[in-house]
Amino acid sequence: MAVGKFPIEASHIMMFARSIGDDNQIYYDEDYAKGGETGGIIAPPTFVQASAQFDPDYGLRPKIGGDGWFGSGGKPTGVKPREDSAGSTGDAGGGGGLHAEQRYIYHRHPKVGDVLTATNKPGKSWEKEGKRSGKLVFSESITEYRDQDGELVVTAIGTGVRTERPVDQG
Amino acid sequence: MALKASELKVGDTYTERLVEDLKRTQVVMYAGASGDYNPVHTDELFTTKVAGYPGVFAHGMLTMGMTGMMLTNYVGDGRLTEFGVRFTNQVFPGDTLDSTATVTAINEGLVDIEVSTINQEGVEVAKGSAQARIDD
Repeated sequence: MAVGKFPIEASHIMMFARSIGDDNQIYYDEDYAKGGETGGIIAPPTFVQASAQFDPDYGLRPKIGGDGWFGSGGKPTGVKPREDSAGSTGDAGGGGGLHAEQRYIYHRHPKVGDVLTATNKPGKSWEKEGKRSGKLVFSESITEYRDQDGELVVTAIGTGVRTERPVDQG
Repeated sequence: MALKASELKVGDTYTERLVEDLKRTQVVMYAGASGDYNPVHTDELFTTKVAGYPGVFAHGMLTMGMTGMMLTNYVGDGRLTEFGVRFTNQVFPGDTLDSTATVTAINEGLVDIEVSTINQEGVEVAKGSAQARIDD
């Protein structure tokens, strides 16, 4: 995803760490974190995924006053999934899209106070016949997170997959 | 607490329980923190009636995030240089996940690790690798 400004904030890290069930004090307690080799609160390894919060066009978040949302309201779905709600970001999939693979290269770990920017470019794309879900179309997306000095912090390589039908649970 | 090359050998393993009886509420927490509100993770009506799945399922990135917790508990804070997984099966509420790191190589201040997360039936849900800086 492309993001102009992704501020690394302590309360966001706290909420993210809670959500993955991680009680490591490095994510909660500034005084504790200061005493260790990181010198302060750092982000958990998969935290940059939360840059979606700072992408104004992120398709997997209902838009305020927008065109509707494909999740349920009075009916099982509001609207058809938008084209940009899956796959194209390579992140998480939407309607028929799923997240197949994710890889991170850490040049360093983001820390509270950093303001990152993210630029995105498409990677490889390929097809495969799947036993449980028909034809699979994979597409890779490479996101570079840079800090306020333009230095590369994290490289994220996401692979999304679109399936012909929902994955059989057999 | 970082790993020391002098105390590590290829084949060493470290296992941690990531979650027991995964709750829907935890999936909701992950949606809120990560910003990924895809209704297939939190909206049972949409997921069963429209998406065609038996029920809501966890974000792959929640499984990866929990697997990352096992890794940082093993290698220490801020020590990872690489981490990647393939999502090999879906994770559903009620699942119990265990994750294992296995040392595959040690060289030049770095350790290579194979990563595997399985559910209560022994089915692998995430499989991948990581690399971390270690002390002498």
